[in-house]
Amino acid sequence: MTMAGPGGAGGARVQIEGVHKAFGLDGRSTPALIDVSLEVQAAELLCLLGPSGCGKSTLLNIVAGFIPPTRGRVRVDGAPIAGPGPERGVVFQEYALFPWLTVAQNVEFGPRLMGVPAARRREVVARYLDMVGLSEHATKFPVQLSGGMKQRVAIARALANNPSIVLMDEPFGALDAQTREVMQEELSRIQRVEHKTIVFVTHSIREAVYLADRIVVMTSSPGRVKDVFTIKLPEARDRFAAEFTRYESEITRVVKEEVAKVRE
Amino acid sequence: MSTVTDLVQWGLRGAPLPRRRALALRLGAVLAFLGLWSLASGLVVLLGLFNPIFLAGPWRVLGKVAALAVNGQLWGHVAATLERVAVGFATGAALALGLGLPAGHFRLVRNLLEPIVEILRPVPPLAMLPLFIVWVGIGETSKIAFITYATFFPMFLTTVHAVQHVDPLLLRAATSLGARRARLFFRVVLPAALPEILIGIRLGVALSFFVIVISEFIGAEEGLGYLINDGRNFFLVEQMLGAAIVLGFLGYGGNGLVVLLERRWLRWERPPTS
Repeated sequence: MTMAGPGGAGGARVQIEGVHKAFGLDGRSTPALIDVSLEVQAAELLCLLGPSGCGKSTLLNIVAGFIPPTRGRVRVDGAPIAGPGPERGVVFQEYALFPWLTVAQNVEFGPRLMGVPAARRREVVARYLDMVGLSEHATKFPVQLSGGMKQRVAIARALANNPSIVLMDEPFGALDAQTREVMQEELSRIQRVEHKTIVFVTHSIREAVYLADRIVVMTSSPGRVKDVFTIKLPEARDRFAAEFTRYESEITRVVKEEVAKVRE
Repeated sequence: MSTVTDLVQWGLRGAPLPRRRALALRLGAVLAFLGLWSLASGLVVLLGLFNPIFLAGPWRVLGKVAALAVNGQLWGHVAATLERVAVGFATGAALALGLGLPAGHFRLVRNLLEPIVEILRPVPPLAMLPLFIVWVGIGETSKIAFITYATFFPMFLTTVHAVQHVDPLLLRAATSLGARRARLFFRVVLPAALPEILIGIRLGVALSFFVIVISEFIGAEEGLGYLINDGRNFFLVEQMLGAAIVLGFLGYGGNGLVVLLERRWLRWERPPTS
């Protein structure tokens, strides 16, 4: 177990190899994912983009270890995964904070389980609360926080456990448009410090172009990899730059084909 | 304007009234009740409806309670009842938690226990009282066992339900932070299930005051139930009503204790606004 200092353990490489997933009984199962193979590089921010129900969250849950693939496998730095593990932090759309713990105790949850000594834990909690701008709210309970603040706590909680991979399932999907953009900016700033491997599920093209190093567009149900875009934009991105808009419209065209298929 | 969050937070009663007004209302309600009761017993005397001995006025009932308290008799009965309730309820709660927590968490335990509980549960506890007397005699043990038996089921079922229905998202979050087995149970499942478990405990407390009276009707020489039954034998309506009122206050106090625990342990549900 590495408990590296500020800067974290860095990212790990994720290999998704021939993953199939079908739900339901064997006789009449519905396929959700068909032959998905992807490799996420260390410290890369990869966005999974696609219409609702395309299986992008299913894929994320498989990588998290919450559900097993029907076929295929997932490896982290070469080792196959078996169930959830602390090296893969997860941020959920619904925050999933422990309501009986204060903000600070939520962030401390992982390090405590790992047996990090109390003094070091306090440093870690202080560092990550500061990073998400919640130092003032350390002793509040989750019911006292707004949606945006809750998601900041969830991000701090995931990072404080020093995972090499962070899996984010539409983390800003429940937030209003302004808060959402602020959170995107914060995440991009945090990633420049933390260098985690991040898999980020979204159905917002703008969000994906703003955040991603690479964008994987998935087909509508059942999900396959339709297209992969490498975003060659500077680290600090400008949503109004011509380049940004070009990526946006290019990807929009590809996604629209899939949405149209659902309508047919 | 009422919103869904208000409903969730305050229930159908709406936001609490300012403290003093609420207190005034509560006191007023009690006084109105005493007034109506006085009026009813007064009318019985005035109109000669029936023998006034059957409906003693509130002041005579309270006077009787005061007299029993002063001559010391009351305290022995209260102590006897409280001891039976405490031991019977505590045993019931220990069994309900001891079996309910593992039954909620482990499917195997649940599948073993549930059919037995589901068959026994519809049997009214009262039907079991004579059996307890046959098995363990008419003394303290049968009374305590009766309370334990009656309170076990609601507490067991709410505990199983609470543990079984912990938000799966919280479990996912915890396992992805490295929690497993015992630590997953004690640090996530238990605190997440606690609010509902405490609802079961409240039901259990209320129920134990409910059933103690019945068991004290049979072969008791002490206790508030005995006092009521004794009053029935000798037409001491004041004593019957008095003992019932004391029971009401004891039950109210028992509920108050659980509410205190809830305030302490579930502070996170309604933290003081800073």
